[in-house]
Amino acid sequence: MRPLTEEETRVMFEKIAKYIGENLQLLVDRPDGTYCFRLHNDRVYYVSEKILKLAANISGDKLVSLGTCFGKFTKTHKFRLHITALDYLAPYAKYKVWIKPGAEQSFLYGNHVLKSGLGRITENTSQYQGVVVYSMADIPLLYSAIIIYCIGSEAKDIQLPVAGSPDHSMDTQQRS
Amino acid sequence: MGRKLDPTKKEKRGPGRKARKQKGAETELARFLPTAGDENSKRLSSRARKRAAKRRLGSAEAPETSRCPSANPLTRKLPKGVSAGAVRTPGKKGAQSLFNAAQGKKRPAPAHGSDEEEEECEEDGVVNQGELWGSEDSDADMKDDYGADSNSEDDDDRESEELLPIERAARKQKAQEAVAGALWSEEETDEEEEEEEMSPEPGPEKGDETDGGLQINVEVEEPFVLSPAGEMEQDAQAPDLQRIHKRIQDIVGVLRDFGTQREEGRSRAEYLHRLQRDLATYYSYGDFLLGKLMDLFPLSELVEFLEANEVPRPITLRTNTLKTRRRDLAQALINRGVNLDPLGKWSKTGLVVYDSSVPIGATPEYLAGHYMLQGASSMLPVMALAPQEHERILDMCCAPGGKTSYIAQLMKNTGVILANDANAERLKSVVGNLHRLGVTNTIVSHYDGRQFPKVVGGFDRVLLDAPCSGTGVISKDPAVKTNKDEKDILRCAHLQKELLLSAIDSVNATSKTGGYLVYCTCSIMVEENEWVVDYALKKRNVRLVPTGLDFGQEGFTRFRERRFHPTLRSTRRFYPHTHNMDGFFIAKFKKFSNSVPQSQTAPGNSATCTPASLGQVTPQPESSSQPAKKAKVAVKTKQQLQKRQHPEKASFEKQNGNGISKEARSDLSTVSSVTKAQVSSMLQDSLPPKKAKVIREPKVTGKLKRQSPKLQSSKKVAFQKQNAAVKGMVTETPAVLSFSKTQATQKPENCVQPFGKTQGAEKVKQQLPEQLSKKTAFQKQNGTPKGPKTLTMSPLGSSWSPPAKRRKSQSRGSSQPLLS
Repeated sequence: MRPLTEEETRVMFEKIAKYIGENLQLLVDRPDGTYCFRLHNDRVYYVSEKILKLAANISGDKLVSLGTCFGKFTKTHKFRLHITALDYLAPYAKYKVWIKPGAEQSFLYGNHVLKSGLGRITENTSQYQGVVVYSMADIPLLYSAIIIYCIGSEAKDIQLPVAGSPDHSMDTQQRS
Repeated sequence: MGRKLDPTKKEKRGPGRKARKQKGAETELARFLPTAGDENSKRLSSRARKRAAKRRLGSAEAPETSRCPSANPLTRKLPKGVSAGAVRTPGKKGAQSLFNAAQGKKRPAPAHGSDEEEEECEEDGVVNQGELWGSEDSDADMKDDYGADSNSEDDDDRESEELLPIERAARKQKAQEAVAGALWSEEETDEEEEEEEMSPEPGPEKGDETDGGLQINVEVEEPFVLSPAGEMEQDAQAPDLQRIHKRIQDIVGVLRDFGTQREEGRSRAEYLHRLQRDLATYYSYGDFLLGKLMDLFPLSELVEFLEANEVPRPITLRTNTLKTRRRDLAQALINRGVNLDPLGKWSKTGLVVYDSSVPIGATPEYLAGHYMLQGASSMLPVMALAPQEHERILDMCCAPGGKTSYIAQLMKNTGVILANDANAERLKSVVGNLHRLGVTNTIVSHYDGRQFPKVVGGFDRVLLDAPCSGTGVISKDPAVKTNKDEKDILRCAHLQKELLLSAIDSVNATSKTGGYLVYCTCSIMVEENEWVVDYALKKRNVRLVPTGLDFGQEGFTRFRERRFHPTLRSTRRFYPHTHNMDGFFIAKFKKFSNSVPQSQTAPGNSATCTPASLGQVTPQPESSSQPAKKAKVAVKTKQQLQKRQHPEKASFEKQNGNGISKEARSDLSTVSSVTKAQVSSMLQDSLPPKKAKVIREPKVTGKLKRQSPKLQSSKKVAFQKQNAAVKGMVTETPAVLSFSKTQATQKPENCVQPFGKTQGAEKVKQQLPEQLSKKTAFQKQNGTPKGPKTLTMSPLGSSWSPPAKRRKSQSRGSSQPLLS
């Protein structure tokens, strides 16, 4: 377990910024303590410092997970955000999309959402903008899709690729 | 039952089928009868019409009627049997009318008379009974024979005279009814007699058809004959489950009332042996496990337990209060089509699922982490543990993470949880579950639980859900029935003992809010439960406390030849057949001292030494302490000494302008602790090399060397006595046996310096409090001298800030405030 290097931090923040803009600082300084990111086995974990102290005692090969896993770095050092980061991104999301209950189920199981399935959408959402998808009851992302690319929003069909698509890595680890 | 041809009842008239049927012989005999107005202008009753028809037909009818008498006994017997059966099965009241009706028809004569008739027909009746049983023909016969019966009863030749036969029968029936109430019991016994007579006869039929059982009165119990040993082998070849099941019930019945029902010459052991084999065959258990279960349960419960293991427990789930409320979740699931209910008043987050139209493990709420599928019994240990917010908790065997997540939700994601498991594949499920449920305060690690206090210790609470043989969850895993034997159970028990000791060592007894450990297993074996708990009680400074669960069976305090500590009554056992949850065992410990009772082995870990809240001096360590002390001293690591000595020395130096004099005083005060003195002297000897400070050392060593021989030689015995006394006096510190421990735990009274002269203790002791801080709470030895000392020491004691501080601050300077 080690802190992130400059490069890694940059890459990660770039990715996160797609969804929450410049509010990164909010993630780090929270009212209930300072949180930080740590890298372990190519995964980025978001932990509070209190937990970090205890975790420091555990040897690296025996440590499996800390706090919340935000995502991981691929072999080519790109950063993949995981669904587990949803709870932290959702409050700070800049662009939000609400989908209707009817489209909710199909979206959950991996299908695109058509424009007709869209309930509300934040203004000025441009194409290919990263958005956070909510259900009409304001439950974020219905746990399934974090990154949604809004394709051709002006067009009739807004296709929102969902987590199940090859874009996103849903590890079996998370699913078990 | 046949149709009731009760003349007092009005027959239904009408075009309906039933009404036509109820018409009686009219419809059948209509062809033989002339037109209505033939004989009489008035409408004849059915009997009258029959007679008229008979008269008309003459010989044609004769053979029929002649046939009837032979059939009579049969039919008479039959309805009687039927009515008797009806008497038994539907219950008295309901059948009474039937019975009376039958009686009225069939037995106008007094009961006994008919009995005789019955009996003589018995031979015929027996054979035909089975055939006629329940057949429609019987009804037809009954119907037809109504007239014939009355004929036979009236000697056949008797024609209708003053009273039509039916009228006679009716009158008799009325008389019967009047008497029936009074004679009901009498008649019933008659019935019983008949039935008992009947029962041996159908005996041979019994094997052929189960219908024959109906004839047998349930209350009549055939003496159960234990089959000879030879037959046992027969069963092995071709087990007939039905027979075995019946035999199991019979044997249990016999054993329940062994005195009266036993067969002569057969011992109880034979019955039990047979029962064990039958149970093993019927429920597919291995012999070992079944033998264990027979030891554990009384027989009636045993069968229930085995039955309960065949059926899965209801599915239960636990609401994740981090994300939702139980009410909302229940509503959402009901909308999806799940039939559920709250689990019980003992749980605020549990729900039990009766049935569901959607897969429970795949609903969007599940995937959103709103609930977790968890057995009801798995919620109990966490409820017993009662974790508080901002605590440090260790879950030693956490997979698949249900209990860990429950702990986290009770703590509301505050504090830290260390979730550990030794199995790497199952850890993946832990991580998945924790992330799904939104638990953020957890670290997941992959250690063997036995390594624990070494890796990291000092937890407020620890939960140990030990790996076990799984005999409580047979309904989930039927393989346990056969693949467990003695070795497995003992191996599990050994592992559990090791884990439990490690867990106890990982708890911090001085934690402000905690110091608790919950040990639980999903097994019902005494070797894995009470025995392990008893072992821990003997080996560590822990005691059992009530779990806080007000239901469940208490743990055993004795079992066969073993005797356990009486506090084991506060542990809890749960069974599938009584509580409808998986078999479980829960014990809650409170650690009251961080010291480890030594048993003549290497010194305990000083790392975990902290001042104990309540000392529980175990006599045996104390007694062995004296001789052991020397050995310990020899073994003592210098580090411990250093730790201890440094602050002491520092303080001494600072405090006492004259180090020597102070030391001398301290030496004197330490007189009481003989062993301490001895040890201390020895320690002191060893210390000098370690000590950075040279100033004191020569003095000390010099002093010690002078003193030690004295101490050792002369005062040993006295010291021992004193020590023992002192120990009793000491209230605070637990009987810390190991030298290191004593050092770590500081007793105000024991702040006697290790150096010490035994003589002149009083004076020194008085002065001591001012100077010494308890450096080595060696032992609270020497009761009497200690008395005043303790009193004087108390102010010091209060100034004796937690040793932890002292220990941590190994630097000299930190010790200063202590002495002030």
